[in-house]
Amino acid sequence: MATLTIPSSVPSPTEDSEQLRKAFAGWGTNEGLIIEILAHRNAAQRKLIRQTYAETYGEDLLEELHKELSSDFERIVLLWTLDPAERDAFLANEATKRLTASNWVIMEIACTRSSHDLFMVRQAYHARYKKSLEEDVAYHTTGDFRKLLVPLVSSFRYEGDEVNMTLAKSEAKILHETISDKAYTHEELIRILTTRSKAQLNATLNHYNNVFGNAINKDLKTDPKDEYLILLRATIKCLTCPEKYFEKVLRLAINKQGTDEWALTRVVATRAEVDMQRIKENYHRRNSVPLDRAVSGDTSGDYEKMLLALIGCGDA
Amino acid sequence: MAVANEMGAITKAFSGFGVDEKSLITVLGKWHPEQTKSFRKASQFFIQDERLFERWIDKHVEQLKIEFLRFKSAVVLWTMHPWERDARLIKDAVIDGQKSTNVIVEIACTRSCDDLFGARKAYHSLFDRSIEEDVAYNTPGIERMLLIALVSSYRYEGPRFHEDSAKSEAKTLCTAIKDAGDKNPMDDQEVVRILSTRSKPHLKAVFKHYKEISGKNIDEDLVADSSLKHTVQCLSTPHTYFIKVLDAAMNPVADENTKEGLTRVLVTRADVDMKLIAEEYHKQNGVELAQKIEQMVKGNFKEFLLTLLARGDQLKK
Repeated sequence: MATLTIPSSVPSPTEDSEQLRKAFAGWGTNEGLIIEILAHRNAAQRKLIRQTYAETYGEDLLEELHKELSSDFERIVLLWTLDPAERDAFLANEATKRLTASNWVIMEIACTRSSHDLFMVRQAYHARYKKSLEEDVAYHTTGDFRKLLVPLVSSFRYEGDEVNMTLAKSEAKILHETISDKAYTHEELIRILTTRSKAQLNATLNHYNNVFGNAINKDLKTDPKDEYLILLRATIKCLTCPEKYFEKVLRLAINKQGTDEWALTRVVATRAEVDMQRIKENYHRRNSVPLDRAVSGDTSGDYEKMLLALIGCGDA
Repeated sequence: MAVANEMGAITKAFSGFGVDEKSLITVLGKWHPEQTKSFRKASQFFIQDERLFERWIDKHVEQLKIEFLRFKSAVVLWTMHPWERDARLIKDAVIDGQKSTNVIVEIACTRSCDDLFGARKAYHSLFDRSIEEDVAYNTPGIERMLLIALVSSYRYEGPRFHEDSAKSEAKTLCTAIKDAGDKNPMDDQEVVRILSTRSKPHLKAVFKHYKEISGKNIDEDLVADSSLKHTVQCLSTPHTYFIKVLDAAMNPVADENTKEGLTRVLVTRADVDMKLIAEEYHKQNGVELAQKIEQMVKGNFKEFLLTLLARGDQLKK
């Protein structure tokens, strides 16, 4: 469930564009107004605003925002305003250029979006970067990470609920064998995780747990420092229980010395319209403090206001 | 028509590609029982049974069934939406196993990125599975990595690419292929990456540089008939690849699998680049493709194929 709140009577894109134009006018910027508008419009509405703004004023709203805003507030407003597919394409492209820590972002996008949405990302990537997503991911990763990430971003998983229990049993066995042999990049393990539907995977992993006594991620914890295994466990988590995965990312981002704003921004901007409500509930349950209080405690200014608006607190 | 001629005609009508429906109607339909009996006694399609009658040999009846159905299969395949068509072709190839992996490579490499994606969508609808999960499950060993990457690709289709990148990737391919030693180049992550993710214009440049470095075309440097070779052929010179498929299909000793290539190529390329393929065919083989089909194929199936072939001349892309 989303945490995005939209007013019951939404102004027209023309009115919104006008207000935004006013917010940029003169010295300084009316950040509050920007939040009031953009943080309370859904993707379709934001798209219309961008179109109308460009038609009316001959300028790109995103360029204006980039000029007027700065730092973490700018980043979250820009990411939020983008169309979900463009946003994911941007994040993925940025991740391929950064260091290995950004394998997470690529995996996250590949595993937590629906098959259809992941395809839209691939299309948006063509349009924006004149390359394919998989070619950039392949080029910028190596070895075991490439073996896992390229099939993940290229997948178009079947989205139905049908499950083949016989297959689930046999594939749980295969997973158990490869893991017992510490063959964590074994082609069978990769095959199962990167091609099976999410429903099928769930059945397989449940069976794994039932028969072999441990959840698969427990068995994959053999070396807590191994970067590849960390990514593999996160992959499985993203595929089976994304809200738990995102709760953890938020928890680590907030608890980190100095806060990991990029992670915080990314999760809030990409999930506010999707399942932020569930993530919030998970967060509260796991940390005994509501997410908005944790966010307030760790951020400030317009950045904080934007975050709170998107996770369902502050003004509507 | 003299009896011997008639028997020859009916034998011919039953043999080879497709079935000569007209002769069967006009000749066979008119025979007296004695003529038919003489035919059975002389024909290699029949065997003398111990209970003193001439019996159809089962495998010939089976073959006849296939030949009678060729027209129907071509028509059904032709009428299908290209996405359903490719999805079904891939499904059949997956079931057939090793001998049909070239069909998977063919479809993955010669369709536009959106048409390949369309086939993936259709596959979900038709089979409640994803193409990649079926291809992965049914492709063991070395070929799996390459095949999955190929069917999952969504290549950029614009003209832009980096010349330097193409040059260095040509070098990488050359090293991987020529200095392979014991290692199969299909096992090389870089080879798979380059061939399965780069755009076709980029690959065109890569293949051009490859020839400059190696002195040979890339497919000439590869072992005969591997998925890697097919991949490279489909990506660099698809028309030459399709001609090979056609020639193999019309070879008198072709097996059923190979023969299906004739229908597949004509149906799937009729509205794409069949005209160019036919021109290339003429250049390469010194005979018109239409003539070869006229020679090797019979009946309604032949007429249908020739009609598909002729479309190329009428449609302007």
